[in-house]
Amino acid sequence: MDNGILRALRGLGEKFTGRIWRLGYASRFFLAILLHSGTSLRRIHLTIREIYFTGVLSLIIILVSGLFVGMVLGLQGYDTLQRYGSTEALGVLVSLSLVRELGPVVAALLFASRAGSAITAEIGMMKATEQLSAMEMMAVDPIARVVAPRFWGGVISMPLLAALFSAMGIFGGYLVGVQLIGVDEGSFWSQMQASVDFRQDILNGVIKSFVFGIIVSWVAVFEGYDAEPTAEGVSGATTRTVVTSSLAILAADFVLTAFMFTGT
Amino acid sequence: MSQEALVEIRDLNFTYDSRPVLTGINMTIPRGKVVAVMGISGCGKTTTLRLIGGQLKPTSGEVRVGGQVVHELDASGLYALRRRMGMLFQFGALFTDMSVFDNIAYQMREHTDLPEAMIRDLVLMKLHAVGLRGAHNLMPTELSGGMARRVALARAIALDPMLIMYDEPFAGLDPISLSIVGELIRKLTDALGASSIVVTHDVQESLKIVDYVYFVSAGKIVAEGTAEEMKHSTVPYVHQFIWGEADGPVPFQYPARPYGEELMEGASRRG
Repeated sequence: MDNGILRALRGLGEKFTGRIWRLGYASRFFLAILLHSGTSLRRIHLTIREIYFTGVLSLIIILVSGLFVGMVLGLQGYDTLQRYGSTEALGVLVSLSLVRELGPVVAALLFASRAGSAITAEIGMMKATEQLSAMEMMAVDPIARVVAPRFWGGVISMPLLAALFSAMGIFGGYLVGVQLIGVDEGSFWSQMQASVDFRQDILNGVIKSFVFGIIVSWVAVFEGYDAEPTAEGVSGATTRTVVTSSLAILAADFVLTAFMFTGT
Repeated sequence: MSQEALVEIRDLNFTYDSRPVLTGINMTIPRGKVVAVMGISGCGKTTTLRLIGGQLKPTSGEVRVGGQVVHELDASGLYALRRRMGMLFQFGALFTDMSVFDNIAYQMREHTDLPEAMIRDLVLMKLHAVGLRGAHNLMPTELSGGMARRVALARAIALDPMLIMYDEPFAGLDPISLSIVGELIRKLTDALGASSIVVTHDVQESLKIVDYVYFVSAGKIVAEGTAEEMKHSTVPYVHQFIWGEADGPVPFQYPARPYGEELMEGASRRG
């Protein structure tokens, strides 16, 4: 019995120290990316290529999701606001929900599933097929040549995708609220314009999506680079990217919201 | 082998997770020669190549390439040394998002300021040497296994290296491709005046082209000599390996409890 408890405690301790060790390794990896980012800036076409693969190719899912989220917000918002006789505030409700919260968070979650998993799988497969080793043997640093451009591609794409998500969402809210239900168009837009503050709402939303971009891209490139070079290893790494980055996005969102919006 | 050495390995030990992988390895790779490192899978052959290329650091001992101790070099020194090395990986390791042409041009674009027109000519010359000039527009997924290996060979010699390392270059090839790759290794080594290290367990093909052979077993060198000497070797491991005998110093059975004992245990359980 005592031995069983000791074994369980030892197992728990090993898991805990393993996680701490991995976090330290991931942090050193992050520093290495920053130190080797010169190539991504000097040879900007490498980063632009990644913006295309992670950003442009994620447009469909981001735009369509944004539209539907906005339409649902329009329906739900109208249903709630009409109880208080303030349906003209629908534009404010939809826009603030999107630019402050749903735009950055939902776009980041979608980005983690669509682009983050693809980045992990690509780097993991490059490792499994020895392409990264081949690069090292050709005196080319894979962190500078492969990892850093993908990281910066993701970081740059994320705020742009979140902005497009919010824009489409507002359009979706407009379609449902104004065109379908019949809320006054002038009130919808003018109240939105009067209530949404650039610095407090839009800029904070952009900062959130930038932070989420760093989180998703960091997790994705790290998991790919650290993947076991087998089919099972790459599949596990891809799953970890989606789970870890999604949880990290939600946790970071709480912390950022607490700093940005409390007391306003 | 008395010629000037390009690679010298002295008292090399390498341990992974407290498990000895290589023990007391001594090797000399002369300039202009093709040397094979042979042994069964998992005996430490590929680890030896990785130590020569500086991808691993030895636990003790040293590897000298062109007079430089590899593990003492800093990152820029190691990369400068690697620019003079070429490596052919087991399954080619071609960059799958680039065409055959771009794969071979890769190092030229990364490490030289050559104009694109000259890079084009050089790439076509390398591809011509491996017989695939006509395939320069193909993507790696469009190549057969033998073709991919030849493209990888062309890429390995892109910058005219002084040392070319081959990790299982014959694995999974049909007889024609096998013979082509074998001949290319010999011809390209001679044409470039380079040294070649071939890590392989393909006896027939490699003994046709190599100048010298090291046999590795369980991380130690158990025999060495010319191809002819190895063919007539009386060392049991070498004899079993060269003639492909199923049982010998490398046993057919994975270590286990006595057969009878294990069967009797099953019988007593049944009742």
